[in-house]
Amino acid sequence: MPKMPSERKEEQYLKEREEFFKALPKLNRRQFLKVAMASAAVALAKNQFPPHSFQLVEAVEAKQGGGTEVKFRFAYISDTHLYERKLNERFVRAALKAVQDVNALDPQPDFVLFGGDLAQLGQPEELKLGKEILSEVKAKIYMMVGEHDWYLDLGEKWIELFGQQYYSFDHKGVHFIVLNSVIVDDYWTEAKMTPMERMKFMAQLDNPKGRPFTVGKGYGDVGRKQFEWLKQDLAKVSKDTPVVVFSHSPLYKYYKPWNFWTDDAEEVQALLRPFKNVTVIHGHTHQPVFNKIGNINFYGMLSTAWPWPYAPTGLPKLTIKMNRADPFDQFDGTGDGTVEILANGKANKIYNLWSREPMKVTARYLESGGREEVPPLPVDPSF
Amino acid sequence: MKRKIALFSLIFLAGIFLSGKNDSSAIDGKGDKKSEKKVITACDGETQVVLNDVSKDEVMSREKAQEVAGMLLATYQQQKKYQSTKFTRRDSLIWERELKAMIEEGYKWFHDPSLGTNGISCDMCHPDAADNHPETYPKFQIQLKRIALLRDMINWCIENPMEGKPLKEDDPRMKAMEAYIIWARANQDPRPHAKILNPGKR
Ligand code: HEC
Repeated sequence: MPKMPSERKEEQYLKEREEFFKALPKLNRRQFLKVAMASAAVALAKNQFPPHSFQLVEAVEAKQGGGTEVKFRFAYISDTHLYERKLNERFVRAALKAVQDVNALDPQPDFVLFGGDLAQLGQPEELKLGKEILSEVKAKIYMMVGEHDWYLDLGEKWIELFGQQYYSFDHKGVHFIVLNSVIVDDYWTEAKMTPMERMKFMAQLDNPKGRPFTVGKGYGDVGRKQFEWLKQDLAKVSKDTPVVVFSHSPLYKYYKPWNFWTDDAEEVQALLRPFKNVTVIHGHTHQPVFNKIGNINFYGMLSTAWPWPYAPTGLPKLTIKMNRADPFDQFDGTGDGTVEILANGKANKIYNLWSREPMKVTARYLESGGREEVPPLPVDPSF
Repeated sequence: MKRKIALFSLIFLAGIFLSGKNDSSAIDGKGDKKSEKKVITACDGETQVVLNDVSKDEVMSREKAQEVAGMLLATYQQQKKYQSTKFTRRDSLIWERELKAMIEEGYKWFHDPSLGTNGISCDMCHPDAADNHPETYPKFQIQLKRIALLRDMINWCIENPMEGKPLKEDDPRMKAMEAYIIWARANQDPRPHAKILNPGKR
């Protein structure tokens, strides 16, 4: 059978892509620029094709001085949404892939953050499977909770397996805070829900009756206690110390119908305002999304399980959408990543998209209002 | 009886138009009296034209047949216009209710992992049916190497990410999901390209 014209084009594109990657190793800066331009051209020519942008990202920080040299790196894995292995192998494969990635990093990251939603329905078998998979990570791992881990038993099993739901630590002069940002009002007692009903209600992202996440409010006194703790924790930190906050939900308001949202975001941001350098790294949104509000830079993490569509409204202006995900490739639009902490206390974020070139978003990009160090623009953004 | 005969005639007439052939045996009144006038009824079984200048058994020329078809269509359209004002508020409430029921059925399946085998449901990757782009179908799906309809991609996602069995094209679950996807795009996405969809509009 003769080939369709589009098939021929695709083949040619794949060939060009392969040659391009073969030419990559050991480039000096001039050669880098040359190849980068070629890659942009290929990416442009590729316009007729769906997904996969592979524009080259300069991996080595060229500009030195101004404190922009990298002081240390940590990696993250997030939103693995594991079911029991016998029900779903797919998400297990993805989680293992992330562990492999992180273990292959050379040099090794100082530590690994797990960004929440380890389990899909908070079941002990899911959480235990997650623990087993993550135990393969060579570097030290810090755990954070997501709503999928929490609402079957309100955190009982998770705390038993992983310890505190919120805590802080210091590393090489940076103060790190890990929050439980998925606390909501009690919707289950009055409705007489079973634990599994409560879990499934929470697990549905587009639940029209869903309740907004908070850090310092919600059922019982979990949130209120956490907020008090956060105030006291921050009181001990000097205002010049760089602060990095990990939260599962974005600590700002992006899109309420999908709970891409923290209802008391302004109150948390107010606690962080006096500090010179603040970076928030969050999970939950399963997509490259970044924002800047006042002194705070925000970066969303990728999921290993699936990418989420960009919400129809509310996307932060500074966010550059990734290309549409290719549904024919399980690993497109998903991945893991690293964060570079710079000598000046700022943080850059590298999205390690599995089926594409990595995407680097720098603090400089955010702080220049999106004018400098602009990441590659998508050729096929979602709509 | 008369009406039935006229209806037959019309079906024959339509045959001519579709085939573009002037088949002289096609228009062939079957009445017993030769002088009777020819009556032609449209496919709705109601709209009629009575031809004073053509007798029941007479075979019309292609030109004449075309003229008659034109008259029939004009009469039909006029009647329809009149009828559309005859629908009551109650009628439209019934239609709305029916549509709502189908959309709700679709919503249910869209959120149901039982279409697959690995616990996953559509809404997990497509909250509010986002990124389904129903307004872009039919289109050439490069990876399938053929033109796909919305239902083809629904089935593709059932078979692949959800590791389930594809639905038959006329499966009520498939129809209901299509209804929900179109409705959701039109009603929950404020961006202009979603507004070209108008589910439920008469
Ligand atoms: C594991 C994630 C996942 C699941 C589950 C899933 N899909 Fe998809 N689907 C995708 C991705 C990713 C795309 C590509 C989106 C894009 O084109 O921007 C897609 C594309 C589609 C498209 C085509 C959109 C376009 O413009 O080409 C349709 C229609 C669709 N999905 C329907 C469904 C339905 C119905 C279900 C449930 C039976 C479902 N999907 C389940 C991930 C998923």
